[in-house]
Amino acid sequence: MIDLETVQYVATLARIHLEKEESETLTEQLSKILFYFESLKKINTDTIQPTSHVIFLQNVFREDTLKKSLTQEDVLAIAPKHQGPFIKVLRVIDTQGI
Amino acid sequence: MQLFKEKKLSPREVAPLLWERVKRSDSSLHAYISLEGDFNTPVPLPEGPFRGIPIAVKDNICVKGRLTTCCSKILEGFRPPYHATAIERLLANGIFPFGRTNMDEFAFGSSTETSCYGITRNPWDKERIPGGSSGGSAAAVAADEAIWALGSDTGGSIRQPASLCGVVGLKPTYGRISRYGLIAFASSLDQIGPLTKDVEDAAILMNLIAGHDVMDSTSAHVALPDFRRSLRNDIRGLRIGVPEEHFTQGLDPEVEAPVREAIETLKRLGAKIQSVSLPHSQHAVAVYYIVAPAEASSNLARFDGVQYGFREEGVDLLSTYGITRAKGFGKEAKRRIMLGTYALSSGYYDAYYLKAMKVRTLIKKDFDEAFSSCDCLVGPVSPTAAFRIGEKLNDPLTMYLSDIYTIPANLAGIPAMSIPCGLTKGGLPVGLQLLAKPFAEETLFRVAYTFEQNTAFHERNL
Repeated sequence: MIDLETVQYVATLARIHLEKEESETLTEQLSKILFYFESLKKINTDTIQPTSHVIFLQNVFREDTLKKSLTQEDVLAIAPKHQGPFIKVLRVIDTQGI
Repeated sequence: MQLFKEKKLSPREVAPLLWERVKRSDSSLHAYISLEGDFNTPVPLPEGPFRGIPIAVKDNICVKGRLTTCCSKILEGFRPPYHATAIERLLANGIFPFGRTNMDEFAFGSSTETSCYGITRNPWDKERIPGGSSGGSAAAVAADEAIWALGSDTGGSIRQPASLCGVVGLKPTYGRISRYGLIAFASSLDQIGPLTKDVEDAAILMNLIAGHDVMDSTSAHVALPDFRRSLRNDIRGLRIGVPEEHFTQGLDPEVEAPVREAIETLKRLGAKIQSVSLPHSQHAVAVYYIVAPAEASSNLARFDGVQYGFREEGVDLLSTYGITRAKGFGKEAKRRIMLGTYALSSGYYDAYYLKAMKVRTLIKKDFDEAFSSCDCLVGPVSPTAAFRIGEKLNDPLTMYLSDIYTIPANLAGIPAMSIPCGLTKGGLPVGLQLLAKPFAEETLFRVAYTFEQNTAFHERNL
């Protein structure tokens, strides 16, 4: 149903580093689950509209008025690392080509 | 509550007494992962008509400044800068969050075995699971370690543990209660709801927390009734449907017997019982395990070690994401993120996600049809009573099937309730599930209250 290579590819999409053993276990478990999903294929849904949400809502607007929101201090305080007014992460831009 | 009415006990005396009780009994259950303060030195209590009454809160509902982790390592140390709307509304009435209850990591589970803080035991039999994912909330209420509790229900996470622990649990209509501050699992399915000792307490809590909220644009603009007014001991003439698909393969006869007996009781009390069919409900588990992980994989993308909680640094930002998520998420969380990512990925979207959304439409139509001739549906909550610790943990698909009767209500967005209706021969609680059309919680309350007033299952002490 799903092979090891696909599992490893999906893991990169999901940004989860998997050890080889974990990928193998997941390949087996996800295959069983995907096999269970096969039953859906038998249902004719050619003329059926998909439901992504159960209550009918469209463009929920509000007045564009000023109101208090969270402070910068509040938000920075929950980040694992911060410096000055910024959340601190490792370098994103590769300097080698510059 | 009786003691309050007789003025033998004032609400502010409750918290210290409860604190003592939890200290004594929770070491063998582990319903709570943390408690608020030390009540020997009184904490300042909020003003309001219910001043000083404590409530147990599931660990995925934000309380400002208090650890809120979804029982996951990836939210280690996270203290939200705001209250969930439900908490805000309780505080405005004087009710304060007393402790955080255990849950499956990110509410992914039916047994409360995947929490990073360890398992919770069922107070009726400590070798068994309390159900999940709101297992801590259900166990706390059942063991008199809480007066009432908040949980959340995405596929049965309030009703199944309520059933397995012998308490009342309500999943309101989608949109009835604001999801603001409920850490998202599957945004089109999640609802906050009460777990209580009896039906009246559930109605009282609903009166306090339900209603539209500008902070959640999916909360509904509908009239809010006084739910206590629907607590009437009268179901004469009410049309109650019994979905035949909820009594098929996999239903343990030990569960079926008390549920059938409960239906007889409802009939004796004047309800008109009729058989109905929900032909697509057999596909609900497959649909759910595509839709819910798909939404979860997207919602949980925000946990990458940058803005909140736990971070494990790698050599660069990309590897930091990968390692943080590898170490921060448990096995079931990874499994669901992988499943959801796969179902949404290019080339598989139509076969899985789009197909599941179409079958979801059919499941919803089945209910529309059933409610054209019935006011309420009744059936079992879970195919078995509480199972043994570890029994299903390494077999994800079997675990998923324990939500077979609860999942359809989430997919259709309708309200559903679990009330105690008996015991197995082995003495484990069994719940009766009541379902009604969208925003018809009043019907659920009326049927549940009538059943409760004419039976004694809710009074049974451990």
